[in-house]
Amino acid sequence: MTSTSSVPAIAVRGLRKSFKGTVVLDGIGLDVDEGTIFALLGPNGAGKTTVVRILSTLIGADGGEVRVAGHDLAGEPDSIRAAIGVTGQFSAVDNLLTGEENLVLMAHLHHLDRAAGRRRVAELLDQFDLVEAARKPAATYSGGMRRRLDLAMTLIGDPRVIFLDEPTTGLDPRSRRMMWQTIRRLVAGGVTIFLTTQYLDEADELADRIAVLDHGKLVAVGTAEELKRGIPGGHVRLQFGDGAGLDAAARALGEVSRDDEALTLQVPSDGNVAALRALLDRLELAGVEVDGLSLHTPDLDDVFFALTGHPTETTEAHQ
Amino acid sequence: MTDAITMVRRNFTHTLRNPGAMIMTIGMPLVLLLVFVGVFGGALNVGIGPAQHSGSYIDYVVPGILLMTVGYGGTTTAMAVNRDMTAGIISRFRTMAISRTSVLTGHVVGSVIRTLVGTGLVIGVAVLLGFRPAGDPVQWLATIGLIALLALALTWLAVGVGLLAKTAEGTAPFTLVVQLLPFLSSAFVPPDSMSGAVRWFAAHEPFTPIIDSLRGLLLGTPIGDSGVAAVAWCVGLALAGYLWARALFRRDPS
Ligand SMILES: Nc1ncnc2c1ncn2[C@@H]1O[C@H](COP(=O)(O)OP(=O)(O)O)[C@@H](O)[C@H]1O
Ligand SMILES: [Mg+2]
Repeated sequence: MTSTSSVPAIAVRGLRKSFKGTVVLDGIGLDVDEGTIFALLGPNGAGKTTVVRILSTLIGADGGEVRVAGHDLAGEPDSIRAAIGVTGQFSAVDNLLTGEENLVLMAHLHHLDRAAGRRRVAELLDQFDLVEAARKPAATYSGGMRRRLDLAMTLIGDPRVIFLDEPTTGLDPRSRRMMWQTIRRLVAGGVTIFLTTQYLDEADELADRIAVLDHGKLVAVGTAEELKRGIPGGHVRLQFGDGAGLDAAARALGEVSRDDEALTLQVPSDGNVAALRALLDRLELAGVEVDGLSLHTPDLDDVFFALTGHPTETTEAHQ
Repeated sequence: MTDAITMVRRNFTHTLRNPGAMIMTIGMPLVLLLVFVGVFGGALNVGIGPAQHSGSYIDYVVPGILLMTVGYGGTTTAMAVNRDMTAGIISRFRTMAISRTSVLTGHVVGSVIRTLVGTGLVIGVAVLLGFRPAGDPVQWLATIGLIALLALALTWLAVGVGLLAKTAEGTAPFTLVVQLLPFLSSAFVPPDSMSGAVRWFAAHEPFTPIIDSLRGLLLGTPIGDSGVAAVAWCVGLALAGYLWARALFRRDPS
């Protein structure tokens, strides 16, 4: 870690934004140290994209102070633009151009000279495994290729601060791993990364610090450890064959949450094996037959439930 | 400036990749040319009368067809701008330290050049069909200049429409206007032959002096004060279109 006196790469105070009277960001404050990964975690509609769009100068804020790479957002947006790279949630490639032409376009717009531009383009095509597809129109690319091209275009100008809005949503597990590797490599090179995600495990895996966004407010900020410490969402789910079994088990176990329709019980658990064995022993003692058992570790729903007291509204997006 | 050149180059590549825009620019005007000359030509020849125009109807109608070519060029530009604005790449441009309106400049320059090529092709086909231009070199230069100026004006307006429209279909009103106005002008028949309100409108709308000027320049006949009116309209519309498009582009994207 560098000294704490250095200017943070991103500093936000009291950020507010409404769309037609609907408050989307309700006073957000955060700091991101240089050379670290910061993850903004939240379900669909939490306001993650709105934060990224404001910090990357795409849209204006209604209030608050923002400094990115040492520059004031309101006063020097162009200085910020020169320092950042943005890969949005939706692909930002030119579909009529080939992958290579897209990169060359970026090289031109960054005013790289001919030789340097060509070198950088070749480097990135190679690094992102796009050499074979380089001469094909981007419109024909698969989702994963498009995402890689998108990120490669972002990197042409060697940005110091990079915004990645849900960089792995919709990617297959292998592409997801590759994206994670790329992000780690960038940070190792001194770049600051601000990413958004709906996945706790992704934030956990990558981020130095995580902020949880819910309905336009940050409900928690800290390291993954700090966040998970307070989260009791892990549980064992017990499946029973009939209502009698469910009743008997509920009596034997006392304070547990039950679902009469699904014939299941949820018993809090941190995954400890001895405690699990004790639980099953108690059920056996009570003569209850358990049909099935599954173990759940805390996930985003649990984080949300613990932090906000209400479940995430959109659960189909992650599972 | 270098950013604008980069964007113009991007626009050229788009035109090459997507020749549909070019085909649309010249396709419809050529069809209209064939219809008016081949189908209505005889009847309209009589209507216009030998006193006003010694040549055949095709000599009368080509300037209006050229104007429509410019109009269709604008239509394709409005759609291209709209497609660009609703695609992700524009967000990328907006977060880069490049000249703000260079994307729009790229569209405008590309469109004007495309339109000039299109009108050149239309003139070529017209000559094959019997069009006999009689302008001297200076008049030819003035013709090209006026067409370019008109293209500039209609293109900036088209860019504004493309920026304003939520979808590509939203650019339809522009298409309708540039398709309709020539019919209510001196493009196909002289306004004198029209009735009442239509005649008044045709005499005062911008396309009439522009077409009259083009006709005079192409046929080598005097253009009177329609030249001044044509240039004034074009410059005014170009400026208004530019300021409008710039203001629209500066809004926050949705
Ligand atoms: N341009 C806009 N106009 C109106 N509402 C918007 C706009 N952009 C976002 N919103 C609303 O703001 C909320 C947050 O959206 P967003 O920032 O995209 O969330 P996330 O990226 O976390 O899914 C949503 O309710 C969304 O409907
Ligand atoms: Mg989003």
